[in-house]
Amino acid sequence: MAESGKDAYGRDQVVKIINSVLQKVESGDDGRTAIFRELKQLQKIIDDARAELGAARAGDINSKHIPTATDELDAVVAATADATGTIMDACDIIGDKAGEVGGANGDAITAAVTSIYEACSFQDITGQRITKVVTTLRTIEDKVSKLVAVLSDKLPIEMQVGEEEDKRVGDERLKNGPQMAGEAISQADIDKLLSDFS
Amino acid sequence: MAVDKNMNVLIVDDYNTMLRIIKNLLKQLGFNNVDEATDGTMALEKIKAKKYGLVISDWNMEPMSGLELLKQVRGSNDNNYMNVPFIMVTAESKTENVIMAKQAGVNNYIVKPFNAETLKTKIAAVLGDF
Repeated sequence: MAESGKDAYGRDQVVKIINSVLQKVESGDDGRTAIFRELKQLQKIIDDARAELGAARAGDINSKHIPTATDELDAVVAATADATGTIMDACDIIGDKAGEVGGANGDAITAAVTSIYEACSFQDITGQRITKVVTTLRTIEDKVSKLVAVLSDKLPIEMQVGEEEDKRVGDERLKNGPQMAGEAISQADIDKLLSDFS
Repeated sequence: MAVDKNMNVLIVDDYNTMLRIIKNLLKQLGFNNVDEATDGTMALEKIKAKKYGLVISDWNMEPMSGLELLKQVRGSNDNNYMNVPFIMVTAESKTENVIMAKQAGVNNYIVKPFNAETLKTKIAAVLGDF
């Protein structure tokens, strides 16, 4: 008799039950009650597995989590590109002024500006690394799709629909990080909000 | 022979930041006639249309990579540009990449990130001291 808990749903347990049933059938053992009980047990394991797979919301991986992750990564690349552009704009001005200063001081300033330009190449490297991460995420997305398709075919899963409930409480519910453009409220909106409350 | 810093230089990269960095570093080295392209296809059109003394190109670009650009240039049989000095500047740092670029006819290979001194040294190795 299977024990309760995670062990009951282990692969070994399922194989054990199947072998036991086959053995009884092959031996001609007329223990129909025992066979029936073991088949019911197997049915429960399968039903529980279906329910757990449905509750895992594997569909959310492709419909929500991976798109969110790739959107955030795209935002990182865009933000670093903007910031790098601003840094280099400032460097252009400093470089021009260094030319006007001239002499040893001018050379020292130019050298420092050059160092900043060199450091700005981080944006290129981080952009390429992020592209690799996005590629990996898409690979995961593809494999999850295939896995869900195979499981759905062999073991019809009741996919849970609708937004997953946010179970965070207290301060944790307020920690959502930077919002995407179009979803964040502006400083002007915040100022107005604050003045409306005062 | 002295290096003609008035030569046209073409820089190729799909990241605008990198184009700007290389352009500024070249300016500091005295190369002021610098054109830009954001992928191999655009670069090839420019190379066919104008005489360049040097091409500095990234590798990973779409639709045409820097390696493919190099192969197209070297395999063109057009004496106007088939032998243009070509330096690859890329984050690709595996041995096989360097070998493939060399086999395709690259003149020098700079791995990112790099500094101004490295850029100068590698250009000088190709064009001569300046």
